[in-house]
Amino acid sequence: MSPGSVAPVEMFLVATTSMNLTVPLLVGLAKLISGATVRWVDCQPDTCQRVYFANHTSHLDALVLWASLPPDVRSLTRPVAAKDYWDRGPLRRHIAQSFNALLIDRKDIKVHNSPIQRILSEIGDTHSVIVFPEGGRNDDGQIGEFKSGIYYLNKKRPELEMVPVYLDNMNRILPRGEVLPVPLLSCITFGAPMWLEAGESKEDFLRRAREAVLRLKEL
Amino acid sequence: MMQQVSIGFATSPLLAKTPPWLDAPTAILLFAVLAILALAALGGEILRRQPDAFVNPAVVRAFNGRIRAWLLMCAILGMAMLVGLLSDMAGRAAMVVLFFGVSFWALREYITVTPTRFGDHRALFWVFLIFTPMQYLLVGLDVCWTTGPDFYRFYSILIPVYGSLFIPARSAFAGDHRRFLERTAKIHLGLLICVYTLSYAPAMLDLNLLYGPNRERWSGSNAGVLFYFVLIVQLGDVMQFLWDRLLGKRPIAQDIHAGRTWEGLLGGVLCTALVGGALWWVTPFNFGSAFIISGVTALFGYAGGMTMSAIKRDRGVQDYGTLVQGHAGVLDRIDSLCFAAPVFYHLTRFFYTDQSLVSELMSHARL
Repeated sequence: MSPGSVAPVEMFLVATTSMNLTVPLLVGLAKLISGATVRWVDCQPDTCQRVYFANHTSHLDALVLWASLPPDVRSLTRPVAAKDYWDRGPLRRHIAQSFNALLIDRKDIKVHNSPIQRILSEIGDTHSVIVFPEGGRNDDGQIGEFKSGIYYLNKKRPELEMVPVYLDNMNRILPRGEVLPVPLLSCITFGAPMWLEAGESKEDFLRRAREAVLRLKEL
Repeated sequence: MMQQVSIGFATSPLLAKTPPWLDAPTAILLFAVLAILALAALGGEILRRQPDAFVNPAVVRAFNGRIRAWLLMCAILGMAMLVGLLSDMAGRAAMVVLFFGVSFWALREYITVTPTRFGDHRALFWVFLIFTPMQYLLVGLDVCWTTGPDFYRFYSILIPVYGSLFIPARSAFAGDHRRFLERTAKIHLGLLICVYTLSYAPAMLDLNLLYGPNRERWSGSNAGVLFYFVLIVQLGDVMQFLWDRLLGKRPIAQDIHAGRTWEGLLGGVLCTALVGGALWWVTPFNFGSAFIISGVTALFGYAGGMTMSAIKRDRGVQDYGTLVQGHAGVLDRIDSLCFAAPVFYHLTRFFYTDQSLVSELMSHARL
């Protein structure tokens, strides 16, 4: 970013922060651009502690999913996002702060400070999180294999409700590598909560979780 | 109160007078339609609450849905007309903004159910955020700037000429050649149907309507003519539906829409023409021309319904709203309006204004 363009951005940031406008602005913009229809299937919005896990195709995913939650649930829900993307530049950092994102370092993973440990200590016993278990975005709209994060989350905290979410059409609204969104319509489907069964293996649980997201696609 | 300053070239005192935003016939028609719809909604509600369903509940639900959509449509149009009572300019602007919103939403629905590829992203950005607003900006300038130039010359070519050249070029620059013709045709058809054609509806507000054998300036309301147009097209849908249901035997194209029959087409068009003729008093037309114009408008509306059915069949969707809301979308409700708007506009412009080839030829013949 050139030095000349920083000043207006910072002025904008100061103005929106001081008036507490960023959140309504972000939510409104996310809803306007995504035209999202929200469906709760076998699941109701609740402030209990949950892990929302969704397919990932666009930078908009976290923001749109977060914006689609009712305000009281939203204020207790933190999207888990990549630090290398959201910690770059004042605008991104400000947006990440406003929607209370939990930034995870994808490169510098150590045993004593694993992402799972960080997520668990950050959410305490009040917050819910939004995660994208595929690890990265998928370009073609297919759902890739899930990484093991959600398994360990649920293993360490068995009472967390694991809620599958399917995001439809988001990759056409803002595909990888694009900056300007095309305001098509999208659909967000929340499915029935699930838990790690007693004695269930990691592979079985991850397959079951992925199938739960895939099933929402057909509804 | 409405003292008009005659500016330079106004050739006759008649031409200098701006027609009123709302006149008595328009107000009467608007209230009559609202009253009929309200009664129908009441009837539908009573039917719905019947404990023993003597009518098929699915039919009642479909009927109630339709009536609600029309009430909404009527209320929104009525609201824009009321805005015009505050100030003529505000009413015109409100009408243009209203149709812009409808176009934009219909285009979202259309592109959402139409597969495009990653290479079309930038072209789609132009379609949504440059061409669509630009079209309505030009129509808005035309309609709101009453003493300004005739922007018809620009907005009538923007999308058919420059849109149709720009979209394939932009997709070609993006470098993806797979299904290229198919993709660009889809996008351009969407822009044409959802945006270009529908923008002719608010453009009617700028027509200098003439009246009678001596072609004097008509003193009625253009907003009334616009309402008349919407009413005729919606009536065409109802008439066609009723004829199809009651007397339909020979399907036009079984694979496109089994319910649409030749009986429905003929009966629907004829009945719509009759009602349109009987409502001539809202327009500058006489009974005969109102009959013909309504008939042709209904015919185009029918063609719109058929075409959109064909697209839906091709895409394998029930309604444009299905992906999104589980009920019929905006585009399902306005397909006939889109197809009928240009033909109604052009028939009126050619034969009932001083802004057309016909009137130029007539003044030449008189000289």
